[in-house]
Amino acid sequence: MDTVIIYGVINSVTFVLIAIGFSLVYGVSRVPNFAHGATYVLVGFLTWSLVNDLKLNYGLAVLISLGVSLILGMIIYRVVLLRLKGMPTSEIIASFAVSLIILEGLRLQGIGGFKGFIGPGYVLKPFISGKIQLFSVFVSYQRLIVVVAGITLVVALWLFTHHTKMGLSLRAIAQDEQAAMMLGVNADRTGTIAMALGSALAGLAAVIILPLGNITAEAGYKVLIQALAVCIIGGLGSWAGTIVAAFLVGFAMKLSTYFFGAMWESVVLVGTIILILLVKPSGLMGKQKELEERV
Amino acid sequence: MSSPYRRKKRLDRSIKVRSEGLYALSSWREMTYLLAPRLLLIVGLLAAPLFLDLYWQKVLCAAGIVAMLALGFDFLAGYVGLVCLGGALFIGFGGYAAGLLNAYWKLPPVVTIPMATVIGACLSTLILMPCLRLRGVYFAIVTLMLPMFARTIIIALGVFGSTEGLTGLDIMPNHWIELYVILIAVLAALFGLRRLVNEDAGLIMMGIKDNDQAVLAAGVSIFRYRVLAVFIAGLIGCFAGAYLTHLYGWLGLSLWALDFSVLPISATVLGGMGTLSGPVIGALILTPLSEALRGFGQLRVVLYSLILLVVILYKPEGLMSYIERKYHQFERWEKV
Repeated sequence: MDTVIIYGVINSVTFVLIAIGFSLVYGVSRVPNFAHGATYVLVGFLTWSLVNDLKLNYGLAVLISLGVSLILGMIIYRVVLLRLKGMPTSEIIASFAVSLIILEGLRLQGIGGFKGFIGPGYVLKPFISGKIQLFSVFVSYQRLIVVVAGITLVVALWLFTHHTKMGLSLRAIAQDEQAAMMLGVNADRTGTIAMALGSALAGLAAVIILPLGNITAEAGYKVLIQALAVCIIGGLGSWAGTIVAAFLVGFAMKLSTYFFGAMWESVVLVGTIILILLVKPSGLMGKQKELEERV
Repeated sequence: MSSPYRRKKRLDRSIKVRSEGLYALSSWREMTYLLAPRLLLIVGLLAAPLFLDLYWQKVLCAAGIVAMLALGFDFLAGYVGLVCLGGALFIGFGGYAAGLLNAYWKLPPVVTIPMATVIGACLSTLILMPCLRLRGVYFAIVTLMLPMFARTIIIALGVFGSTEGLTGLDIMPNHWIELYVILIAVLAALFGLRRLVNEDAGLIMMGIKDNDQAVLAAGVSIFRYRVLAVFIAGLIGCFAGAYLTHLYGWLGLSLWALDFSVLPISATVLGGMGTLSGPVIGALILTPLSEALRGFGQLRVVLYSLILLVVILYKPEGLMSYIERKYHQFERWEKV
C-alpha cells in the first residue's frame, strides 16, 4: 500500500506537470493546443540531440530546448491559431495538423541524412542518479525531483498569475475577454504569451519527466491524451480543477494497477472521463456556463 | 480620369438563375447545366476502373473507403457541428464486427457487411452517446481518445486475436464486385446525405450547428437529432470498415490507426468543408497521392498534415467551393 501512495503522488504530480500547460492555454485563449504532446516530445528529442550530437552541457541543452519550445509556441499561435480565432473546427484541425507534422516529422527517415527518432535508444540522463528509501519503498531521486518541481511550478504559476501584471492580464482575458480588452489588455498579445508559456511548460514537463524512461515519438499522443483527459475531468480551463483531477486520475490509475494490472491504466483513464461527463458534464470544477458550453 | 481603385464583382450566371425553378425542365440546356456535374461524377467514378490496372484499382478501393469516412466527417462537422476526430472508431467497429462474424460464425461477406454496418453503427452511437452532450472542442477531444481506448482494451483483454489480429477471413468473390460495391456505396452515401440535409431533419441539424440553444428553445430535442446524425455517420463509416476487412481478408489493431482519422479530415478540408461532394473529390485526389508516396514511410502523414494546414490557412473554402463558384458565377473587375 505504501507503494500505491508514494507512486500515486508521483504519478499525480506527473499529470499536473503534463496538463498545466494545456490548461493554461485553453483557459486564457480558449484554444485547444493539440500540439501540446508534440512540443513535449520535441523538447525531449532536442535535448537529447544537443547533449549527444553536439556534446553540449546538459543544463545548457535543457535551457536551449526550453527556449525553442517557447518560441515554437509563439510561432504556432501567431502563424496558425491567430488566423483561425473564432472558428473552433478549424482551430482543432489546424493545431492537430501541427501536432502530426511535428510528431511524424520526428520519425521521418532518410531526408538529408536524418535518421529519424525511432527505437528505444533515446534516453536522457536523470539529473541525479540513485535511490532513496521512503517507508519500505525505493524511490529514485529523479522521481523526487518530479514531485518537488511539480509543487514549485504550481506555486510559481500561482504567484505569477496573482502578483504580476502580465499574469493578471492573462487571468483577466480568461475571465472576460471583452471587459479585459476594454481595459486595455491586448488579447492577441496575451494569447501569444499564454501559448508560449504553455509550450514552455510542456517542455519543462518533458525535461523533468522524460529521464524516467526513454523518449519515443508515440509518447506525444499519450501525453496529449493524458493532458486532455485530466483537463476534461477537472473542467476545461479551470486550473484548480486540473490539479484535483490530476490527483484523482493519478491515484485511480495506480490503484487499478495495484489491483488489476498495468494494462488497465488507460481503461481507467477513459472510464473516468465518461463517468465524469455523464455525472457532471462541465468537469469537476468547470466554471463554464452549462448552456453555452455544452447542451 | 480612371480611378486606380477597382474591385471584383461577382454575379450569378443567368443560366443558374434560370435553372433554379421548375421551368428548368422545359429546356435541354438548363437540364444539362443542372445534370452535367452530377453525371460527370457518377459516370467518371463508375467508368474509372475500366481504365486502371489491378494495382490502381486497389488504390481506388482505398480511396473509396477514405471517401466514405470523409463524407461521414463532413456531415458531422459541417452539418451537425460535431467535429469527430475519431474516424478510426467507425472503421474499427465495422471492421471488427464483420471480421468476427466471418471468423466465428463463418458467415459470407454478403451477410457480414450489412450486419456489421448496422451493429457497428449501433455500437459506435452507444459509445458516443455520453459525449453528445458536449460540443466543439470537448467532443473532438473525446472522439480522438476513443479509438486508442478501444485498442488498449483489445490488448488488455487479449481477445479478437489481440495484437496479431485475425487473418484468413473471406475476401470478395472477384475484384469487379469489390470495386463496384465501394463505388456505388460512395455514390449512394453522397447523394443520400445531400438529400438528407435538405429534408426537415437536415435543416434541424444545421440549426443545431448554428445555434443549438435556439433549436432547444423551439422545443426540439437536440440530443435525439445528434444521436440520429451520429448513427448515420456511423452507418457510413462502419460500412467502410466492414468492407475494408473483407477487402484484405484480415483484421487487426491497425484498424484503429490514426490514419483513418487524419486522411478523411485532410480530404474534407482539401475538398471543401460542408460541400459533401468535396470530401469525395478530396479523397480521390489524396489517396492516390499518398499511394504514390508509399516508399517514403512517415512522410505521407506529414504531407497530409501539411496539406491540411496550408489549405485551412490559405484556402479555407476548399476545392469544391471554388469549382462551384466558378461554375455558377462569373467575375469581372469594376472601377470604384
